[in-house]
Amino acid sequence: MRYICFYFQVHQPIRLRTYRFFDIGINHNYYDDYQNQYILRRVADKCYLPMNQLLFELIQEFGQRFKVSFSITGTALEQFERYAPEVIESFKLLAETGSVEFLAETYSHSLASVISKDEFYSQINLHQDKLKSLIGVKPSTAFRNTELIYSDQIGEYVADLGYKVMLAEGAKHILGWKSPHFLYYNVINPELKLLLKDYQLSDDIAFRFSNRQWDQWPLTAEKYVDWLNAIDSKHEVVNLFMDYETFGEHQWKETGIFDFMRALPYRIFSHSDYEFATPTELSELLQPVAPLHVPYPTSWADEERDLTAWLGNELQEDAFNTLYSLRDKVSQTDDPDIYRDWLYLQTSDHFYYMCTKWFSDGDVHKYFNPYGSPYDAYINYMNILSDFIIRIDKKIEEKTSFQELKHTTSDTKTQKTEKSTITSKKKKTTHDVQITSDGDNIKFTKEQIDKLAEEFTPREIAILFKQLSDNTVKSIKNKLNKDLKIKVEKELAKTMRPRKETINKILNKFNDLIK
Amino acid sequence: MFGWEFPPHISGGLGTACYGLTKALLRHGVDVIFVVPKAFGDEDNEIKILNASDFEINLEEETSIELWKRLKYIQVASKIIPYISPEAYTEEYERLRKEEIKKNDFFKRKYEFSGSYGPNIMYEVSRYALIASAIAATHDFDVIHAHDWLTYPAGIAAKSTSGKPLIVHVHATEFDRSGENINQDVYNIEREGMLKADKVVTVSNYTRSIVINRYGIEPDKVVTVYNGADAFKFHSRPKVDKPYKEKVVTYIGRITFQKGPEYFVETARKLLKYDDNVRFVMAGSGDMFPRIVKLAARYRIGHKIHFTGFLKGPEVEEVLSYSDVYVMPSVSEPFGISPLEALMSNVPIVISKQSGVSEVLKHAIKVDFWDIDAMANAIYGILHYPAISKMFQKYGKAEVDQLKWDNSAYEVKQLYESLLSEYLILK
Repeated sequence: MRYICFYFQVHQPIRLRTYRFFDIGINHNYYDDYQNQYILRRVADKCYLPMNQLLFELIQEFGQRFKVSFSITGTALEQFERYAPEVIESFKLLAETGSVEFLAETYSHSLASVISKDEFYSQINLHQDKLKSLIGVKPSTAFRNTELIYSDQIGEYVADLGYKVMLAEGAKHILGWKSPHFLYYNVINPELKLLLKDYQLSDDIAFRFSNRQWDQWPLTAEKYVDWLNAIDSKHEVVNLFMDYETFGEHQWKETGIFDFMRALPYRIFSHSDYEFATPTELSELLQPVAPLHVPYPTSWADEERDLTAWLGNELQEDAFNTLYSLRDKVSQTDDPDIYRDWLYLQTSDHFYYMCTKWFSDGDVHKYFNPYGSPYDAYINYMNILSDFIIRIDKKIEEKTSFQELKHTTSDTKTQKTEKSTITSKKKKTTHDVQITSDGDNIKFTKEQIDKLAEEFTPREIAILFKQLSDNTVKSIKNKLNKDLKIKVEKELAKTMRPRKETINKILNKFNDLIK
Repeated sequence: MFGWEFPPHISGGLGTACYGLTKALLRHGVDVIFVVPKAFGDEDNEIKILNASDFEINLEEETSIELWKRLKYIQVASKIIPYISPEAYTEEYERLRKEEIKKNDFFKRKYEFSGSYGPNIMYEVSRYALIASAIAATHDFDVIHAHDWLTYPAGIAAKSTSGKPLIVHVHATEFDRSGENINQDVYNIEREGMLKADKVVTVSNYTRSIVINRYGIEPDKVVTVYNGADAFKFHSRPKVDKPYKEKVVTYIGRITFQKGPEYFVETARKLLKYDDNVRFVMAGSGDMFPRIVKLAARYRIGHKIHFTGFLKGPEVEEVLSYSDVYVMPSVSEPFGISPLEALMSNVPIVISKQSGVSEVLKHAIKVDFWDIDAMANAIYGILHYPAISKMFQKYGKAEVDQLKWDNSAYEVKQLYESLLSEYLILK
């Protein structure tokens, strides 16, 4: 028995409007609502709705034998809510069939995984909540990262959250002679299984389907199943990962893409020994064959299959680093509007528009790019970021002066120290309670750790971690049992604003423990 | 090949382009006879230059007389002389009229061309055509190639004498020079040249569309061959420390309608409202100069805009060495060499979309010439986000280096060969 795993990525960025330098500090609306609505409506009518209907009918026909999986980004979900709520209803219908798996990912289709673990976790949580509230499912076993970005490190992050399986690109430079048709595992944490995209067969559908210059045009279900059958029968799985917009948007209806997809399952069931399976099922059905070494991040983009489409030139790196340098400040503001913009600005598409690679190759970039040149995209983004920074600083200033005012009325003497509590980045130095021996060479006994697990809630441990040095956190974390560790990680990913008394209480408790 | 000027005696980009193309054609194994109205003797000696001023014409020959009658028409019909102000025109016209009464110019066997763009230009154009016909009868060649309207009559004359295929090369059209207020006589000459030519070469697709739409030329006949940028070495200078803290935004070009100087001033005004840390330099002279200075004064930004007048090569290099942004707001620019010099000097550029050079450059910020907001925004971006300047330093120069006359000449040679084979078949 061999398997086919269909996975579709559903994503729409929230596109930015033309934002001039004279808007900075004055206009805080960054989004092109007209364009966003127009594109979303168009893609909904041409792709999401008809293709969902087609899949639904296939599932009706074949029951549990036909299966697919999706990941839908938070920014896409939000726009469905706003402009095309019937798309959500149709995904709900699919979810109820039991033949469709929804995968976890980052909320805003961001690149957080390559720069900030905390932000990465926080967005995964947010995405889960959104998916739960709209579609009614909460993915907890299968994960796919933005643009299939994967590395050993990112895999470890994902495993630490308790996910069992992750999707990645079957890039030649990481596979070498190995085949993508088997289950692999993360080299740091073998608990995490990996499914690798067969880019040849995936791209035959996603990119080449309507290309009349292609010597295999036209592609029929018969021909495609012949290719599947030609694969060595010992191979276990063929992973077909692609943009959902392939159906009806990138490949127009007139190319026959819908007819092809309608015919494909029939042909597979009648002329091959393949069955359909979802990522989570595959992680249980198959035995992993080997660890996969991926020291540097890979993705499914372009020939290079790396990050250069988003982080390949000075413009992109500058915009990206400027954005992520704001993370601490954003959480300090505790402002819902600022947090929303923070999420939308992280969407990887904004960086993709600044790519200069398409100068030499690839019409793919051009097709998706609303800007005349990478320079235009960069200047527009930086103007918006300039305004965003002004707003953040203003908000923090307001909060600080408000706090100051509060303390002035209650206790003028402590005013100065209190102020630094709020503005200082390293909060632990300013707390009343000092940790008795928070040295790097501190050794924790097993008893101490057990006591910690017993007496502290995951939330309290998370608060405690924020006060301790990285080394201390690491040494504790390594000794925690796995379940607790996952719980703590999830707590850490949430935005925490504990009260001072709470922190002091926890620190006192911790001091008692390590005495 | 017929041209009006040739380095080192040039007044604009036309001579440089002719030189770049000719040299590259020689490297591709094409023999070129280059005819100029007036040779100075200090031209590149690798190129076979034919001086029209040295030429004698046999006045008894019937074909000459026939041709002259037709050419005479151009001359007489042109009551307005291009490239000259109305006052100067009246003066010159009087002088010319007196000379014409003498009616002896034509009967001279030899004529010393000025080779300039003076008031005598229509006469010289005709006379040059006559000589072209004589040259065509006495020299052996395969293809005729004429650069810009001044030499189109010569090209046509050479074609009718020899029957050889004709290419006219459009470096600029009357619409680029005069906007909508065109000189009808020049337009007529241009159009006749394009109609009689077997192929029309344009320096950009922008110009190609003007040739097709404004002159009504069959699109199949019009081919774009981009200019090269390597005819002469441009010496970029290292960046200098400025004696003031402000950033410098530079305009280099004639201050005439087609270059869009007023858009530069409007942009400066917009930008200065929000950002005081910037100065503007306008290098060039032209008929709109007084108006532009007044405009700057009216906006009360005169202390931030500096007019340098016309600058020569080394001075241009100097201005670029302390510029932070180069702006070309041209209303209509067939190609545009000056932004390439800015790139060679590692200066980021903002150029109008209504220019040929915007078709070949990727590392450039392109805006519509009338879009003041976009232009100001682009300049603001370059001045405030240093990553852009870094990108330009890394890629700008390399991109200019890729614009080689060898590539242009290769395409021209292909064109020659296809015309020649057609010609031989017809024969």
